[in-house]
Amino acid sequence: MKVFQVLKSGFLTTVQDLGRYGYLKYGVPISGAMDTFSLVTANFLVKNDPGAACLEATLIGPELQALTDTQIAITGGGASPKINGQNVPMWRTLKVQEGDVISSEKIKSGCRFYLSIRGGINTPLILGSRSTYVRGKFGGINGRPLKAGDIIECFDVHPVEKAYALPEELTPEFKSPFTAHVVLGPQKSMFTKEGIKIFLSSQYKVTIEADRMGYRLEGPKIEHKANVEIVSDAILPGAVQVPKNGQPILIMRDAQTTGGYPKIATVIAPDVSLLGQAKPDDIIVFSEISLRQARERFIKFYKLLSSVRKILK
Amino acid sequence: MKTKGYPSARYFPVGETALVVEFGDEISPEINSKVIALNEKLSKAEIYEIEELVPTYRSLLIRYNPLKTTYTQLCLRIKTIEKTLIKTPVETKGRKIAIPVIYGGEYGPDLAYVAQYHKLGEEQVIALHSKREYRVYMIGFVAGFPYLGEVPDEIATPRLEKPRLKVPAGSVGIAEKQTGIYPCEAPGGWQIIGRTPIRLFDPQQQPPALLKPGDIVKFKPISEEEFKTIQNSTQKEPFTFLR
Repeated sequence: MKVFQVLKSGFLTTVQDLGRYGYLKYGVPISGAMDTFSLVTANFLVKNDPGAACLEATLIGPELQALTDTQIAITGGGASPKINGQNVPMWRTLKVQEGDVISSEKIKSGCRFYLSIRGGINTPLILGSRSTYVRGKFGGINGRPLKAGDIIECFDVHPVEKAYALPEELTPEFKSPFTAHVVLGPQKSMFTKEGIKIFLSSQYKVTIEADRMGYRLEGPKIEHKANVEIVSDAILPGAVQVPKNGQPILIMRDAQTTGGYPKIATVIAPDVSLLGQAKPDDIIVFSEISLRQARERFIKFYKLLSSVRKILK
Repeated sequence: MKTKGYPSARYFPVGETALVVEFGDEISPEINSKVIALNEKLSKAEIYEIEELVPTYRSLLIRYNPLKTTYTQLCLRIKTIEKTLIKTPVETKGRKIAIPVIYGGEYGPDLAYVAQYHKLGEEQVIALHSKREYRVYMIGFVAGFPYLGEVPDEIATPRLEKPRLKVPAGSVGIAEKQTGIYPCEAPGGWQIIGRTPIRLFDPQQQPPALLKPGDIVKFKPISEEEFKTIQNSTQKEPFTFLR
């Protein structure tokens, strides 16, 4: 079912779902929404499956015209969305009528917003996911970001009976400085004590080199012991690599799957989702937690998503 | 022969969702065989807490579901399996695959440099590169990129000082003692000595990559005419040339 025509593409708008799992061994990154919480919530608000494909907009959102009546929700970074020029709230089910134009302002808080559409976006499943992996040129709409003239198709399902809203106390705030909880390692032994101390006690700024692959950060230099390289091994989103210059690189969802820089720490999954909203010039502070605490935070995050689902039922 | 790698495997947490089992910190067939053996054992064991296995040069990354297990529990489970592996080493005989390559000219812009660097003729570089069987150590960097090793010392060459912004799909390169093939156009600093007409990655196929760790690759020099014929025939059915 044709639901939207793209009038303006925005800065970088892609189709994303929860990601592509099981193909790292073939060099295929996980991809998927940078901010999992906002994607899943956007889906719940229009009674989609949590992992239905949505649009992920970056900094400047797209302009879309509805080709049919539908329902949408917009979550994530604050973008002052509008329907036909009238402000509409985020984190809520919104009714859209044929001919309506959806637009937004430049994102003020956070970096990305998610637009879910009732039924979910229907692009071909590639290796089990609809997520766009731009560098590999597959997934989403022909493996590329949206462009003007594209048609967004969705699964045809009956409309949602009522409108939902995420309670304010559950609505996340995306404000710099971001605290990223980390478990040290797997290569913490390659750094000096002083290096680890500096990493955990300093502020790191997201540089302009920040995209879906990862963020280069800038701050006090992190010192290695002797070697500055390892024999390449696997990297996951959340890994904090430190190359020779001592400036950390935070690995995100479209990153290459192997790398030769030692990893001082790994950001826990819930905070990788949060950092999906960090943009250039934002500050990240790394805070060490134990593996037990990390697991507790993961379980808490999972419970939070389940409670969001219950509230929106 | 001296056994390479750590006396016993080392386990490290990778955040709360993964762990890594390291067998050593160098590039060697012995270490890589252990990685592949554990990978196969764990794939077959169908441990439901495990979500994904990623074999690399010298370690196996294990992604798991922290709702179903803890790091300590899972390590114990894996260690029991890993121990049996040392007692009865798993034979990991990879498939043997011949990859056709046209060397030099526009297809291999760095062949002349590699030859000059080692004071060899281009033909000698081709002969040295194509005579050896290479092990696929891992797939990484970009989708379907095989890390192969190791090339003879006579042709091992450092990376370019300034990486190229675009290396064409199919390019065969050398970086120190490694050799590899770019499955798609990508930026890269490897010395490009040739190009293969075959496709190494296609997201529409299952599995999507032609090669997997443990496979044995041998390069077969071909002419420009052969290059074009193979290129045409592999357009529709990318991996059929295997059989």
